Amino acid sequence: METVEKELLALGFAEVTRSDKRLNVTVPKERLYETARFLRHESATVYDFLIDMVGIDNGDSLGVIYYLSPSQSPERLLALKTSAAGREQPELFSVHDLWDSALVYEREVYDFFGIRFVNHPDMRRIFLRQDWKGYPLRKDYDASPEVNPVPLENEVIADMERTHSITVKMGDRIETTGYIFDNDDYVVNFGPQHPAMHGVLHLRVALDGEVIRKIDPVFGYIHRGIEKMCENYTYPQILHLTDRLDYLSGTMNRHAVCLCCEKALELEVPDRAHYIRTIFDELTRIASHLLGWGCMCMDMGSITAFVYGMRDREKIMDIFEETAGGRLMANYNVIGGVARDIHPNFRKRVKELIPYIRRMLKEHHLLFTGNPIARGRMKGVGRLTAKKAVSLGATGPTGRASGWRNDLRKIDPYAAYAKADFEEVIREEGLTFDRYVIRLDEIEQSLRIIEQLVDNIPEGPYAAKTKAVIRLPEGEFFQRVENARGQFCVHITSKGDKFPYRMKFRSPSLVLVGALKAIAAESKVADLIMLGASLDYVIPCIDR
Amino acid sequence: MEVKNIRIRNMKYGDFNDNEYLEEYVNELRKNGVNLFVGKLGDLINWGRSNSVWPLTFATSCCGIEFMCVGAARTDFARFGWEVTRNSPRQADVIFVCGTIVHKMAPVLKRLYEQMAEPKYVMAIGSCAISGGPFKSSYHTVMGVDRIIPVDVYIPGCPPRPDAVLYGMMQLSRKIKVQNFFKLPDQPQVPGTVDHQTEANGNS
Repeated sequence: METVEKELLALGFAEVTRSDKRLNVTVPKERLYETARFLRHESATVYDFLIDMVGIDNGDSLGVIYYLSPSQSPERLLALKTSAAGREQPELFSVHDLWDSALVYEREVYDFFGIRFVNHPDMRRIFLRQDWKGYPLRKDYDASPEVNPVPLENEVIADMERTHSITVKMGDRIETTGYIFDNDDYVVNFGPQHPAMHGVLHLRVALDGEVIRKIDPVFGYIHRGIEKMCENYTYPQILHLTDRLDYLSGTMNRHAVCLCCEKALELEVPDRAHYIRTIFDELTRIASHLLGWGCMCMDMGSITAFVYGMRDREKIMDIFEETAGGRLMANYNVIGGVARDIHPNFRKRVKELIPYIRRMLKEHHLLFTGNPIARGRMKGVGRLTAKKAVSLGATGPTGRASGWRNDLRKIDPYAAYAKADFEEVIREEGLTFDRYVIRLDEIEQSLRIIEQLVDNIPEGPYAAKTKAVIRLPEGEFFQRVENARGQFCVHITSKGDKFPYRMKFRSPSLVLVGALKAIAAESKVADLIMLGASLDYVIPCIDR
Repeated sequence: MEVKNIRIRNMKYGDFNDNEYLEEYVNELRKNGVNLFVGKLGDLINWGRSNSVWPLTFATSCCGIEFMCVGAARTDFARFGWEVTRNSPRQADVIFVCGTIVHKMAPVLKRLYEQMAEPKYVMAIGSCAISGGPFKSSYHTVMGVDRIIPVDVYIPGCPPRPDAVLYGMMQLSRKIKVQNFFKLPDQPQVPGTVDHQTEANGNS
């Protein structure tokens, strides 16, 4: 028994179970904050990384699952579960003072389930409009279009920035409303239609001269309600939606759902499929990083870099198209393996690609990395400390640029990553320049992985046989993969049906916008776009 | 003066899939007839307009990436004079609706469209913009942008390949070329906007 398990049992009120390397802790709602604080600060293993918060409608009550892990050993998982009493006015205590990422996660749970978090300073809806009726992910939600017709007027700014909060002091419950910005603040809107916003993110920025004082991101301009849709779709149907979350790492997102279902079904996936999946993941990562690099350079004024990045990316799209049939949406992974075998040209094409990208990487470095103007702009700007990155949950290249080892391909290898020899690229300073260089360095590592695997793809079937109708056994399943932006996680609650009862995706980009808030404060407004580009978030993944 | 047959330099007439509606339109123009001078001037203007269409940079999701591919090295829409992407709707001729439009975005898109100067065109790229596509059963998706703004060209696909986008662009070029610049047809009414306007009038 682990020390933390003993410690939790010693608290007296926590129920602890163990399933699939994961510790499940259930506590009554009054003891939630106490347990959370214990895990964050006092226990032998410090759980300082809040991976995700999953709201769930259990019928008679609404619950929340907090997925936690220690930042130094992210392979250890802990699920802290609690449920709020009643459906009329469910309330829980906020944990935002323990983990910064809880600020957005709690708003999300409130938006979807109507659970209000006491002591949270900013209880607004996060994705939907403030005047939206009902909480869409509750099981009794009325989805008829008459209740919420398509609005033809923009949301009133005053509604958008009015905050609500509940605090409890000395037993008294105080409800307060406030505003994000003061009357004296000079607020500038960026987006939702802005050429450099990388999607439809809306940033409201308070300026003092040209110095940024405060940022209030407004999400939801591309919220499609994918999680609710999943509840009415069969598992193979859901796979198609995952590609459209973060379309630049579509293959990896789909991989996560496949792995999660395979784990639940205890399905043995053939080695060949594992190898092909890994190569596809890495190709997607290269394509995504090339696009991210090109866009970041474009945001700093170098259109040529964008055209170069897109040109190299097309080569990867060709490989996808030949084997999978799709360019951007490969739609290639299926539960049990991959959709079809690789094309006879696949190996040849990939082997041609590797030296080509290597040559181009050199050119990219020559073109932009060494440019004194570019270096001058990127160095010394936008520092994200490792501690802040952990607290915000900023995984992926952003976290690694700050010195936080969080690469799941190394820590918790899935598919064929254990068979490849590669390095986890780590940089220490957490500056914009580090986040820029780390992507190019990761392309190099991805090439190494592909190089080792492509010649050794084992013979055999490319997919395991599955039943015609896939039903997951009852239970809760959680799977993480490393996508191009960080940890992409899937949570499935199954009731033994062919549809999931609740499906939740952890978007690595959502917390990156939180990181933008942290690094852009007190910097110049001219750097805002570049700082955003250095984090490389994808908005449809945030909004889901 | 007789309206000539429509010819697009970059693509053969026979390569277009549906030519009937344009022919009907040409016949209608011929029936009404135009002044020689006005007709010639109109032809000249349309020649210029159809070869320098300025799109608005507007993309909400995945189709936006394919739109970027159209603009990048391999397919390069600069060949057809489409490369001047404008960041302000006031300077744009056409809006490419790339990606899903959801409830929160709908008023923004409508406002962008209203801010564009006449004559303006709309291209719905991808199945989401056409009908809601894979997100048809969602509570927050607009089931096709033609419920908010009138659409000139629909490009199906999820997302459409860059070649498909180019084909759609050629179709719009033809449409521009066949129009009588001095007597542009009225924009088709969109159900949503009509309701909204009558409502506003009723209230005031």
